[in-house]
Amino acid sequence: MGRKVGVEVSIAAADAVGLCDVDVVAAYPITPQTHVVEHLSELCASGSLDAEFVPVESEHSAMSVCCGSAAAGARTFTATSSQGLALMAEIVFIASSMRLPIVMFLANRALSSPLSIWNDHSDTMMVRDSGWIQVFCENGQEVYDAVFHAFRVAEDARVSLPVMINVDGFNLTHVIEPIEFWTKDMTQKYLPEFKPIHRLHPDKVVTMGAFGMPEIYTEAKMAQNDALLKSFPVIKQGWDELADLTGRKYSPVEMYKTEDAETIILGMGSICETATLAVDQMRDQGKKAGLVKLRLWRPLPVDDIKKALAGAKDVLVLDRAVSFGAANAPVTSEIRAIMYHESNRPNIHNVIAGLGGRDVTPDHIIEMLEMALADKTHGYNIFGVRS
Amino acid sequence: MAETAKNKVIKPIKNFSLEEYISSGHRACQGCAEVLAVRHVLKAIGPDMILAMATGCMEIISSPYPLTSWNVPWIHVAFENAAAVASGVESGLKALRRKGRVPDKDVTIVAMGGDGGTTDIGFQALSGMMERGHKVIYVCVDNEAYMNTGIQRSSSTPFGATTTTSPAGRIKPAGQMTWKKDMVAIAAAHGIPYTATACPTFFTDLQKKIQKAKEVDGPSYIHILSVCPTGWRIPPNKAIEYGQLAVDTGVFPLYEVEKGVWKLNRKPKELKPISEYFKGQGRYRHLDEKFTLEIQDKITEKWNKLVKLCE
Repeated sequence: MGRKVGVEVSIAAADAVGLCDVDVVAAYPITPQTHVVEHLSELCASGSLDAEFVPVESEHSAMSVCCGSAAAGARTFTATSSQGLALMAEIVFIASSMRLPIVMFLANRALSSPLSIWNDHSDTMMVRDSGWIQVFCENGQEVYDAVFHAFRVAEDARVSLPVMINVDGFNLTHVIEPIEFWTKDMTQKYLPEFKPIHRLHPDKVVTMGAFGMPEIYTEAKMAQNDALLKSFPVIKQGWDELADLTGRKYSPVEMYKTEDAETIILGMGSICETATLAVDQMRDQGKKAGLVKLRLWRPLPVDDIKKALAGAKDVLVLDRAVSFGAANAPVTSEIRAIMYHESNRPNIHNVIAGLGGRDVTPDHIIEMLEMALADKTHGYNIFGVRS
Repeated sequence: MAETAKNKVIKPIKNFSLEEYISSGHRACQGCAEVLAVRHVLKAIGPDMILAMATGCMEIISSPYPLTSWNVPWIHVAFENAAAVASGVESGLKALRRKGRVPDKDVTIVAMGGDGGTTDIGFQALSGMMERGHKVIYVCVDNEAYMNTGIQRSSSTPFGATTTTSPAGRIKPAGQMTWKKDMVAIAAAHGIPYTATACPTFFTDLQKKIQKAKEVDGPSYIHILSVCPTGWRIPPNKAIEYGQLAVDTGVFPLYEVEKGVWKLNRKPKELKPISEYFKGQGRYRHLDEKFTLEIQDKITEKWNKLVKLCE
């Protein structure tokens, strides 16, 4: 078993990428992702990581370099955040459509304007429909472990899709946490060498990125959706084997004190740790509260969500992004759709909180719950708006 | 076609390949000199290459799924990023080769885009590629407008040409009223080891330049004038002729910049008047004598500057 040390989460993530023996890292500096690529460039400069570090001139080129590199059959990594993701968005969609297994560390951050460098989920929701596998992390250890898992799933011949590791900006990227490091042996045991089905090389000529006439486009999109759905068992298998190796068990949906819960809070990312405290507090007061953490956002674990929420009377979904002009925020939208046909469906409440780095405490979450339960409109509320 | 070439006694350049790396049956317009340029570029490099291509005419005529015209490994990702994709392919192969995960052989990486994909939307990615020093040959096949989307002006459209977004009218009597971006000078200013202009009319010169680019240690930039009968509104059988006229009038001189040294590759004793080049091109049909003279002055001035640079 590896050693456990206090380290900044971004640095730990970069170390994990290094342990994975990545071949190409292409990235552009953007706060709060910077420490990840800074550390990777240090590893390359010192020779402790044998990889090509490509300091590109834009995020758009970062993802483009990643596409070229992954198409050549190289293990490929990038990291970005908010505006950077917005700029590279065009190529984010193409990367998944071309089935290029890139791993991206996304330091989740608000989109401009007003310019904000602080945490929420508006960036990742922008590329919600891009066809990437999207995983959320709650703490530093999860981020570190997610890197190995991401490469393994992305490069699996049954999947061959890019993976986005969502890491809450500052709340997670810049905190120092105790992290149990993997060893080289563990990594080699867990992560096989990347053997692409097709690679750009003169020894076997391929055409990649052909254009699709109307006769073929629908079928191409259907196949892409199938591929993303079929990645689900591979993702689970990756987590199961990670548990065998580390003793840490991850699931697409994780439950905390939900067995007899009447009220369930559902969230994604680091807010779940805060919500755990809120649930404990409510349990102390004799309230039957529980928490559902949604780790896997795409492909969405529909059946697992149904199971997790079955039996609850009220569900409060904590969203960290606004879908302007919509009926509800992005996560709630999915949860309401999933539960609609269930015979014993709970009341599903929606609160948007923690936008652009606004702090959310356990007390806030309890307050949100009270606010939501009192609201019978089935719309959504934005929490903590100062008048 | 290979038979005919074999029977000819002329051996214009060493290692002239009789292989075809872009198949016939593609969907290019009749008389397209751009696909001819591509054909010569590929011949000059040979099979051990990977081509990253921008969205544009050459991409769209060659790759309607499930068909392909390419006999070399080929990738298309988007419009503005051929240089970045090529940077990625080069970096990936470099790392894999170093780690012994791909066969240990030299593979030439080529990026290719049209004038829109190079001088406008792909400008930044190209500058990044050249500045970082990737060993990539970047080929701009310049047909002087966005032909694939229906003949819109680019920053490489010459002064006086009409396009669908630079039409001639009362306010803008010449049509395009800005001067063509000087990409070769911009590329050379990056301090890369080799940049050159070429034209498929002078295909031996073109192939020699590509072969030179293949040998240099670092990025290279080749700007190829690719006559477009559809967009220039000339008969399809005149593409080669107009390529010759572009060079002989000084509108598109053939030159190269090798390690900072400028060299003219074709120096006519006397430049032909540009009116000869304009004649018959529908895109210049509206030009009056005043504009023709103004353009002539500019072309002469630029030519004289170039000659001086190349002394």
